[in-house]
Amino acid sequence: MSARLVEGSEAFAQAMVSAGCRFFAGYPMTPFTEVLEHMAAALPTVGGVCMNAESELEAVGMVWGAAAAGTRAATGSTGQGLSLMQESIAEAALAGIGFVVLNMARGQGDYFQATRGGGHGDYRTPVLAPSGPAEVSQLIGEAFDLADRWRNPVMVVGDYYMAHTWVDVELSEDYPEPRSAPDWTLDGSTGGTGGAKLVSPLGTTKQRDGVGYDLAAHYAHADQQREAMAAGITPRAETTQTEDAEILLVAYGTMARYAESVVAMLRSEGHAVGLVRPITLWPYPERQVAEAAAGCRLVAVYENNAGQMIDDVKLSVLGVAPVVGLNGYRTDSSAFGISPDVSVEQLAASVRELLETS
Amino acid sequence: MTEDRRPKELFVIPSSEAPTDASRVADFTPDLIDVGEHHLCPGCGEPIAIRAVMDAIALLGLAEKSVAVFGIGCSTAFSNNLDVEVLQALHGRAPSVATGVSRVRPGLAVFTIQGDGDMANEGLQEVLHCAARGENIVCIMLNNGVFGETGGHLTVTTTIGQRTKNTIEGRDAAKHGHPMRIAELLAQIDGVGYVARGAVNDAGNVARTKRMMVEAFTAQQQGLGLSFVEVLTMCPTGWFVPTDEAPNYLAETIAGTHAVGVLRSALPSSPSD
Ligand SMILES: Cc1ncc(C[n+]2csc(CCOP(=O)(O)OP(=O)(O)O)c2C)c(N)n1
Ligand code: SF4
Ligand SMILES: [Mg+2]
Repeated sequence: MSARLVEGSEAFAQAMVSAGCRFFAGYPMTPFTEVLEHMAAALPTVGGVCMNAESELEAVGMVWGAAAAGTRAATGSTGQGLSLMQESIAEAALAGIGFVVLNMARGQGDYFQATRGGGHGDYRTPVLAPSGPAEVSQLIGEAFDLADRWRNPVMVVGDYYMAHTWVDVELSEDYPEPRSAPDWTLDGSTGGTGGAKLVSPLGTTKQRDGVGYDLAAHYAHADQQREAMAAGITPRAETTQTEDAEILLVAYGTMARYAESVVAMLRSEGHAVGLVRPITLWPYPERQVAEAAAGCRLVAVYENNAGQMIDDVKLSVLGVAPVVGLNGYRTDSSAFGISPDVSVEQLAASVRELLETS
Repeated sequence: MTEDRRPKELFVIPSSEAPTDASRVADFTPDLIDVGEHHLCPGCGEPIAIRAVMDAIALLGLAEKSVAVFGIGCSTAFSNNLDVEVLQALHGRAPSVATGVSRVRPGLAVFTIQGDGDMANEGLQEVLHCAARGENIVCIMLNNGVFGETGGHLTVTTTIGQRTKNTIEGRDAAKHGHPMRIAELLAQIDGVGYVARGAVNDAGNVARTKRMMVEAFTAQQQGLGLSFVEVLTMCPTGWFVPTDEAPNYLAETIAGTHAVGVLRSALPSSPSD
């Protein structure tokens, strides 16, 4: 480990390579582009493959294949590109194919897409939200472990600020051997044995004496798997000065770092303000949010969108405290998710107003 | 794959004479295919085409190093009758999925099985991009000129005059546009090692198609880039013709536009015709 000044997107790339990712495919789109560039440079040096996919549809298809062939694999994009990938993400969950998807969002307008799943069917994807490059390394490693453990796509959410801010981070420069290919994955070797492997969203029953796929059995199995995954992943959140808070802020990702500064600032002015920062956006840390909200006058959800995570906060708090949204920030002309009104001063002013009026 | 199960040569029942009992038994016990029941219609050409693929894999000794990537269409229902490893892809997505497998396991014989609707409608760019990348996989398109699985609807390969559920009087260029010739399209892309179009409407074409499969997998194993074989297959159900008329319908209505033959080959030995 050594501290280095790197661009945030390089921290994402290095974290993936350190986690044993040996296949990456992507299609340029701001602010995802630089992650792809760093992967294209890094993967060949460790015997991995980075594909300049001709579209996001093909990128996620390639990752589907590489993961099913036993390699830790990842792709990613930004809003529109992720919309194109949703069919594959949804069906990969049904096929039991795990890989990591970087959601390098513009602002936080894709919270619903990430946490509800923008695709079809009864599936869920675990979603991890680092607050900055320093946390990226750990969460990327966890994302790959979750993808392996639950054989399900796992999403890691970043944004423009995280991708493009240069930061000093601890980066592991030694790359451990990637884990060996799991038993269920394909290498051709079971062909001709009478029981060749099958990996499919339609199920894995080779009905040697029957006909076709048993979809009823497969969908029931997928339901059980999803429930086990939901129960098996511990929801996580970080709390800051919530014990005696009158006003509780809830924010994730980059927005949580602004909120953290505001909590420190207002505390020094003598105001009882606290913060909960969800780290897992799915499963949502409902208990942590509810506990922090108990006894508060007001819960304020700070997000760089028109108000999306606020739904999860309301579902967590369940009426114990009123919930308001601090959201609806306009974007600058780049539309990359940079919002001039997202600032410590602005948020502090909004919270002071809430303290006076609520 | 045990040595004794592998056929020593390509086996085709001569069409000019009645089959002997021994050849009947051999013909009904193909390698790498579970001969139990399946969901495809009587008279469907797709199982014949898939058998040609399996025969080539068995003949070349590739059973233990093959991964089949299936698209979504009628042939999907046949994918668990095979005794090679199978990875199911989404509709249109098999070439990129096969790319992922092949890139992380380069020695394998990775191949796709897709219908014309799957490959040429939903996912045409995928096979074109694989061809241009020289992706070392085999892509097989079962071309019946219809979405068989959804009930016989028009595809981009449907020929002029061909009946489909939404062109029931036959495809009319003025109303429904023109058919695309996929093998010809691929043959002009640098990066392909082998391109051919076969058919399974008679014994001669079945034999030719089997040879094409052997050549396609040979080219793939030699690292010559993308191998592509299109196979014209009967779909009596989707064409709304009696089962026994489907082979002739194929010859008369489809093969005139989609001509059978080898279009390009980088193999050093002479191509199959
Ligand atoms: C994204 C998507 N769109 C549509 C379908 C419905 N669908 C299933 S099979 C099929 C057509 C298959 O036609 P083809 O590939 O020619 O195969 P065939 O059935 O003729 O063998 C369609 C449209 C689907 N499964 N997925
Ligand atoms: S609908 Fe056509 S392609 Fe599908 S199984 Fe029947 S005959 Fe074969
Ligand atoms: Mg078809």
